Amino acid sequence: MALKIVKGSIDRMFDKNLQDLVRGIRNHKEDEAKYISTCIDEIKQELKQDNIAVKANAVCKLTYLQMLGYDVSWAAFNIVEVMSSSKFTYKRIGYLAASQCFHESTDVIMLTTNQIRKDLSSPNQYDTGVALTGLSCFVTPDLARDLANDIMTLMSHTKPYIRKKAVLIMYKVFLKYPESLRPAFPRLKEKLEDPDPGVQSAAVNVICELARRNPKNYLSLAPLFFKLMTSSTNNWVLIKIIKLFGALTPLEPRLGKKLIEPLTNLIHSTSAMSLLYECVNTVIAVLISLSSGMPNHSASIQLCVQKLRILIEDSDQNLKYLGLLAMSKILKTHPKSVQSHKDLILQCLDDKDESIRLRALDLLYGMVSKKNLMEIVKKLMLHVDKAEGTTYRDELLTKIIDICSQSNYQYITNFEWYISILVELTRLEGTRHGHLIASQMLDVAIRVKAIRVFAVAQMATLLDNAHLLTGNMQRNGICEVLYAAAWICGEFSEHLENPMQTLEAMLRPKVATLPGHIQAVYVQNAAKLFATVLKSQEGNTDSTAAQETSQLMIDRLPLFVQSANLEVQERASCILQLVKYIQKLQQKDVEVAEEVTALFAGELNPVAPKAQKKVPVPEGLDLDAWINEPPSESESEDEQPKAIFAKEEPKHSRPRHTEVDEKELARRREARKQEQANNPFYIKASPSSQKVYQEAPGVEHIPVVQIDLSVPLKVPGLPMSDQYVKLEEERRQKARADKKKKEKKKRKEKHSGRGKKHDSGPESEEDIAPAHQVDIVTEEMPENALPSDDDDKDPNDPHKALDIDLDKPLADSEKLPVRSHRAAEALKSPAEDGETENAASQEPKKKSSKEKREKKKDKDRERKKSKEEKKKKKKHKHEEKEEDLLGGQADESVVQSDETSMVAEPPTSTSAEVSDLDFWLSNAPVPSNTQEAVTVAAAAEAAPEPEAPSGAAPDSEPDEPKDTEMEETKSSKHKKKKQKKEKEEKEKKKKKKHHHHHHHSDGGGEESVQNGTVEEEEPLPPMSNYCLLAENSYIKMVYDIQGNLQDGSQVVVSVIFENKCDSFLKSMEFNVLDSLNSKLQRPEGSGPHDGLTVPFQLPPGVSNEARFVFTVQSIVMSQKLKGTLTFIVKNEDSSTHEKLDFKLHFTCTSYLITTPCYSDAFAKLLESGDLKGSSVRLEGVNMPFHHLLARICFHHHFSVVERIDSCASMYSRSIQGHHVCLLVKTSGQTVCIDAKCDEPTLLGNVLDEIKQTFSQC
Amino acid sequence: MIKAILIFNNHGKPRLSKFYEHYTEDTEQQIIRETFHLVSKRDENVCNFLEGGMLIGGSDYKLIYRHYATLYFVFCVDSSESELGILDLIQVFVETLDKCFENVCELDLIFHVDKVHNILAEMVMGGMVLETNMNEIITQVDAQNKMEKAEAGIAGAPARAVSAVKNMNLPEMPRNINIGDISIKVPNLPSFK
Repeated sequence: MALKIVKGSIDRMFDKNLQDLVRGIRNHKEDEAKYISTCIDEIKQELKQDNIAVKANAVCKLTYLQMLGYDVSWAAFNIVEVMSSSKFTYKRIGYLAASQCFHESTDVIMLTTNQIRKDLSSPNQYDTGVALTGLSCFVTPDLARDLANDIMTLMSHTKPYIRKKAVLIMYKVFLKYPESLRPAFPRLKEKLEDPDPGVQSAAVNVICELARRNPKNYLSLAPLFFKLMTSSTNNWVLIKIIKLFGALTPLEPRLGKKLIEPLTNLIHSTSAMSLLYECVNTVIAVLISLSSGMPNHSASIQLCVQKLRILIEDSDQNLKYLGLLAMSKILKTHPKSVQSHKDLILQCLDDKDESIRLRALDLLYGMVSKKNLMEIVKKLMLHVDKAEGTTYRDELLTKIIDICSQSNYQYITNFEWYISILVELTRLEGTRHGHLIASQMLDVAIRVKAIRVFAVAQMATLLDNAHLLTGNMQRNGICEVLYAAAWICGEFSEHLENPMQTLEAMLRPKVATLPGHIQAVYVQNAAKLFATVLKSQEGNTDSTAAQETSQLMIDRLPLFVQSANLEVQERASCILQLVKYIQKLQQKDVEVAEEVTALFAGELNPVAPKAQKKVPVPEGLDLDAWINEPPSESESEDEQPKAIFAKEEPKHSRPRHTEVDEKELARRREARKQEQANNPFYIKASPSSQKVYQEAPGVEHIPVVQIDLSVPLKVPGLPMSDQYVKLEEERRQKARADKKKKEKKKRKEKHSGRGKKHDSGPESEEDIAPAHQVDIVTEEMPENALPSDDDDKDPNDPHKALDIDLDKPLADSEKLPVRSHRAAEALKSPAEDGETENAASQEPKKKSSKEKREKKKDKDRERKKSKEEKKKKKKHKHEEKEEDLLGGQADESVVQSDETSMVAEPPTSTSAEVSDLDFWLSNAPVPSNTQEAVTVAAAAEAAPEPEAPSGAAPDSEPDEPKDTEMEETKSSKHKKKKQKKEKEEKEKKKKKKHHHHHHHSDGGGEESVQNGTVEEEEPLPPMSNYCLLAENSYIKMVYDIQGNLQDGSQVVVSVIFENKCDSFLKSMEFNVLDSLNSKLQRPEGSGPHDGLTVPFQLPPGVSNEARFVFTVQSIVMSQKLKGTLTFIVKNEDSSTHEKLDFKLHFTCTSYLITTPCYSDAFAKLLESGDLKGSSVRLEGVNMPFHHLLARICFHHHFSVVERIDSCASMYSRSIQGHHVCLLVKTSGQTVCIDAKCDEPTLLGNVLDEIKQTFSQC
Repeated sequence: MIKAILIFNNHGKPRLSKFYEHYTEDTEQQIIRETFHLVSKRDENVCNFLEGGMLIGGSDYKLIYRHYATLYFVFCVDSSESELGILDLIQVFVETLDKCFENVCELDLIFHVDKVHNILAEMVMGGMVLETNMNEIITQVDAQNKMEKAEAGIAGAPARAVSAVKNMNLPEMPRNINIGDISIKVPNLPSFK
């Protein structure tokens, strides 16, 4: 044995290791591939040996070969072997190899699950670390599902090294197994405040990644991140958080307001450019989200632009680049502030760095105006001439076209100039964007009617000089412009000066070398031209000219008839025959011009790109319905089901379609085909000319031959755009002069001695009148087109699955699957917990059967889940039904809606978090220079949900759309409103939930109702749990107490403060004298007698709610706590300190939490005999039974387990887990309540309180 | 997120490739070639960012690179990463290599690509930045190397001896291709804590 080991290690010594391999490869430069293939053979031998060290060495070499591009997936199993070695050295090699070459479709991955689990729980932290690192690269959905729970446990590992890795890998797990997000999220959130900075940074990293994709779900974390931002000193973390805020602000403008100040401070204070840059970026995002709403943010914009200018002016190219990048973001909303730095940006166009030039080009797009467009484009044209390298030149070309054509040619005042620019661009050699220029030419010529004469003349010259453009014929994309030129000349041939010349130019033999789709257009438009020429010639007495033209056509067209391109051939032969016929007629002296022109009569209008999509479906037309009965596979099969489901048949068959047998159908189909074939108007599925045009075959694949550019490529007869610039300048000056004259005249006429106003001022935008009265033809749309939204998100985006509401409490079905004996996670609900433990204890020791069982369990769980879903659906339906009913109650007071929402949600996390965010946000520092605005804004913020419409009102005041820029603002506002609406809806839903929660089975009209309150019979009167705490002439406080499900020793007191006076109330401080049993929770570091600051101020007439957490020890007795509220009343002139004493009454009811209970569980509970009984009788209760039940449910936090006639069982649980069961019976006006509870004192008190509730009404 | 980390030399020979998304071996090689093509034609004094190539990238992705002597370090990242932050991270990476290999040169990366991977694993995990503190990274790497040595123990001794002998046979093995002035720092960019 020992000998064998020694022998092994000696063998090993002479094996090649990684270094030897690398050295070998370097020494075999000539026959590298051959050398490597021998090495791979060696490696294969090594992998066959038993010695793990040899295997590890082989795998290590394979990892290197993988980097060189060799497929090593054949060794996947050996990699798994090395991974499972007990030695760290080999394990690391194995995991590295796996992380480099494993992926989702590697089948051996499923063998690794148990090995990875073992490594994750290894006592050696580096084993765990290596496993986590490897897993992060090759995690699959299966691995994620199976290991999610183990990794989640590691998030609370004692070693920060493991914690940070576990936290980070959770993101990958979420991506592969989205169901794990909700169960794991609370712990992830905890890690944001981990003492170790590395772990904290990892948590921030993960949440930022999550939030980037679905920001709205993470809004509630904003306060926490805000705290981190103000406290953290780690730049890396700060950058991440600031980036995250950039993603959140568009959803919550109030957040933006709160952020501006700290961010501005950071901008001023930080020395790290990276941080400064991200701050500026986020401030920009904030400003975009606030849009024009805030006037005094111009300072922030100025600051940003200023800082960016510094970046751009920096000698460091990186900063310059980023500065320009950020600048382009400002440009979208605040173009004015960027425009003032035009000089700087134009300067960047000359930068030697191409990336920077490209960024500067992006910026130019937003900087043009009517005034400077020509100047800027002129500069760009210069760059085009100078540019080396086609990529940059092509980029320039597209930018020029983008800039000019933006927002429907808004900035173009002189289209002649634009056409000549386009014509100049055609001189570019080797550009790929010929089609772009062509489409621009077409677009302008079609849509700007006034320019057609000019355009046609230009195009005619282009056609004449086609040989210059296409020096190498179809070897470069620029010949595409001939397509446009030919079409324009043909379509608008009436404007041609010399149509005959153009016609000849179009029929030159050289045309036959152009790409097919262009030839096709040539032929077609030659026909159009021919028609025009005929028409002009027929007026003359001499008919020979006309006949000569026909002869020309007949001579030249055969060239095209022989074309290899089908389209060209077809058109040419058609037209040739036509012309021959015309010639015949001409010889008989028949006037044909009229008829020939009629062939091409009518104007072609542009069609909007989405016109087809937007045609509305006529009412009553179901596009999915079968026109004929769907063809069946075979007749016999068709017959059978009909017989079986005879009864159902009438439902499905449409009466219109009488049954047609197959033969008849076939006959009809044949007939239809025949008809279609004969119908010239039926469009068959053949490639249209349009398509051919787009698929310009092979142009790109042909190597571009560079032409020596030193030869000036001036096309004779073509105008230079520069001359138009001069002309335009003159024209404008003239116009100005005219205007001045007119004004003078006016002034003279009026004899008024007013000073000069318009004379010397710089020319403003509106002063520049376009040279032509431009009539831009809008694109055609079908009548009553539907507005369609275009944002089609990528359905394959893996992040979509992570759009999960994180605030909802966890459902039982959501826990992570556990596959081992380990105790279940604390996060799981008690019920499920018990189940798993049960299952675990019963688990037999055989492994194989364990697997089976687990599968079964999974199935069970799934079944359960689907059941629950069904129930939920039912519930939903029900809610919808109730909508009207509830609509009536919707406009109840603030208090009402708020309070119902609280009751509705036993674990108050959702509502608490939502409104916590609101509080936090409402605390935003508001600029105080405009007192009035502040009050309005504060009011809007202070009363979050129900007053939302009024809150939106001040925002929407400056909402008169002036130009396109305003439009954007508007849409963002819409969003805002929508969000608010959604919020409201949420509230409503919660409210509904209150009525329906635990409404598991829909009782319908039956008498027995399980687990549901019973308000179907009659609407309930409005109820409120808020009772008066204290009141004086300034303020009124009402409160409600709720148990905290998560923490058995906590209750939450919600207090609504209402300002009753006309003054501003601020600096409110809430303080309670603690008793031994109950204590107010104060922030760390404050003394036991310190008050809590109420986190908001109250403008007159406004109310807002604050929550205070109390810890209680014993909950069996009710008790009262004395307290004081101090506050400052601020008038315009004075401010006074006031105080208000109150007594907080903690009833026993407030320690109860509405908990649903199934009747079987309820029966078990009663049978168990642990509960002690007690009973109470209520006399003279004059209300319907279901009202009575609803009241008990509502005021005392019970839920109905089962109701039969006038008898109902109810259940509730205290925060410390006491079960309280009631049996309520009624006969006449007497109500008898038998109760059982494991804590008699508590029960007694609860019953007393119930009695009191009913004695009050 | 970081999509890929590539190190290649002035001739485009890959020295390390780490893809955080799966590609086939062929695509990986194409990406390396394309990236090299994009990066190598840029001047020394231009900015260190460029839009991604056709194969790796898309509008959201950027290539952020640094050029040290004979080597290019290229990170392909999406918009959630701070550009300047990644530049700093590259600096941290190179400085860490410098510490771990004691005056790192291209040969170290050539012969010890596995070690480079191990160091990288302590900085970036699954495409997300794990640690930016150089001391912490070095501590963890050293601890793991120590474990490795302890495991090799006596059994490792002959192997070490053999490899020493093998190296002796190659006296011409150059060790002077230094990675250059490693202490070039971007102005105004204090490294992360």
